[in-house]
Amino acid sequence: MHFLVFIKQVPDAAQVRVDYETGTLIREGVPAIINPFDKHAIEAAVRLRDQFGGKVSVLCMGPPMAEEALKEAMSMGADDAYLLSDRIFAGSDTLATSYALWAAANHIIKQTGPVDIFFAGKQAIDGDTAQTGPGIATRFNVPLITYVIDIRKVDPEKKTIEVVRLVESGQEVIEAPMPCFLTVEEELNKLSYAPLPYLIRAAKTPVTVLNSKNTEIDPSFCGLKNSPTKVKKAFTPPKRERGEIIEGETLDEILNKLYEKIEPVLKEMGKV
Amino acid sequence: MIKQDISKYKHIWVFIEHDNKEIARVSFELLSKARELAKDLGCEVHAFTVGEKVEQFAEEVFKYGAKKFFIIEDPFLKDYITEPYRDSIVYMIEKYKPEIVLIGATTLGRDLAGTIATVLQTGLTADTTGLDIDPKTKNLLMTRPTFGGNLMATIFCPDNRPQMSTSRPGVYKAIEEPVKGEIIREKFKFDKAKYTKKILEKIIEEGEKVNLGFYDIIVSGGFGMGSKENMKLVQELAEVLGGTWAASRKAVQAGWAPQTRQVGQTGQTVHPKIYIACGISGAIQHQAGMKSSEIIIAINKDPDAPIFEIATYGIVGDVLEVLPKMIQMFKEKLGKA
Repeated sequence: MHFLVFIKQVPDAAQVRVDYETGTLIREGVPAIINPFDKHAIEAAVRLRDQFGGKVSVLCMGPPMAEEALKEAMSMGADDAYLLSDRIFAGSDTLATSYALWAAANHIIKQTGPVDIFFAGKQAIDGDTAQTGPGIATRFNVPLITYVIDIRKVDPEKKTIEVVRLVESGQEVIEAPMPCFLTVEEELNKLSYAPLPYLIRAAKTPVTVLNSKNTEIDPSFCGLKNSPTKVKKAFTPPKRERGEIIEGETLDEILNKLYEKIEPVLKEMGKV
Repeated sequence: MIKQDISKYKHIWVFIEHDNKEIARVSFELLSKARELAKDLGCEVHAFTVGEKVEQFAEEVFKYGAKKFFIIEDPFLKDYITEPYRDSIVYMIEKYKPEIVLIGATTLGRDLAGTIATVLQTGLTADTTGLDIDPKTKNLLMTRPTFGGNLMATIFCPDNRPQMSTSRPGVYKAIEEPVKGEIIREKFKFDKAKYTKKILEKIIEEGEKVNLGFYDIIVSGGFGMGSKENMKLVQELAEVLGGTWAASRKAVQAGWAPQTRQVGQTGQTVHPKIYIACGISGAIQHQAGMKSSEIIIAINKDPDAPIFEIATYGIVGDVLEVLPKMIQMFKEKLGKA
């Protein structure tokens, strides 16, 4: 079977700080990581490959430094790694990004054979849009299953898959034919430690670089100019000031002070 | 990019999310917000949906100011499945050409919006918390948090229509403004062989939807709660306050709460009027999901816990001592003893 995982390299959003004087993000010294959800997608694909045979391809769009993320994906067990990197992609929104990734995936499929399951994380922690995965699935015209927390059954003969996904009211068990496209949650699996043979292979195996020259990607669908959405402005939200620690001789006194402070709000909400 | 003749597009469409029984609250919030935008644009607010039985929603939809309600009813649409919902909705949007399409940023809404926008080849802005009309260009300005809430971006979609946005639940107030509306029934012919994905089973948790965005008070428990048993204190306080309860990622990973109640970067983002953090240290990932709450009350025995950096009011103490007293006090003060 062939599994294709779309990953993104992101700045570790948890370590990004805001410079309130300039109103910009401080990205200096912030490590670039594989988007946390995508790691679980790689893990799932690698486990299925180990169970059913075949291979795991990983595709990442980004600047040359994103090669690092692909090396890490290979150290997790991925077989082939592709970096889609070209200046023409700069400023792409989710529609343009999903176009470029779809076109690049088609190129990979032409070279290496059809894909049974496409994987992506449920969303990236920098943009938080959760739109690129569904966009690629739509372009491939394959069933989309978002927020997957369990892969219950894969039947390579019947070419079907049974998965569990999260919904607002609980969970849904879904059956879909392959090929299909899964976007995954963190609970899907626990990440394994990279075994030594994977690490060695990752170090030895080169990453294939794809761009507008060596694929059939149409530049008229790529980049800022061809993205329907544009950023008008970016700004930092107002800083939250440290409030007060309520003190008192006894817990009762503290709680009464707290109540007095929030009573007007509770009244306004009709709680009192 | 395919540029469209944008002059042909008119009116604001709001997606009515439902489970064939009830309308999701975010749909009313968006209808209410859409009325403001419609005033600025000089157009009408219309509602639309598809499903097995959706005409029953007309009265409620008109109560929130929708002048028209576009629907497709078909037994094939009994359950929400991405592809048939997408195709029937795309059919209506292509036929009637709304200028703006608003969808709630729920699990369902986010699943649906991305695939619709891709078929329509138009722009979609995810998870917005602000919607305005640019007074000069009349474009929709969509503001959303990124980088875990550290940065806000205002996005617009100048050359493509409809302008699409998913909007977070709980941002806008649902306000009634009844009108006499009109139902427009459409039909869509499904090529049923094309739709091969199916739902084998639905597992309903706790018999209620856990959309934390619906609540104005959230009491949240972290690893400092110590056990699943102790999380009951969090639940009890939430109940006394007429709110709901939530948990930090650590508490969820410990198995003390379902993932559907997780607040933070990898869980839900909430902004209630009052957020009470119990035994939560306040890692930046947790803060990303709750720091826009109006009032944050933090209870933690560690005076250096980062949660106190953003808390409006802090109590330094053991949650297991503070919470029982707090529950008792609120019961008395709110007349629930």
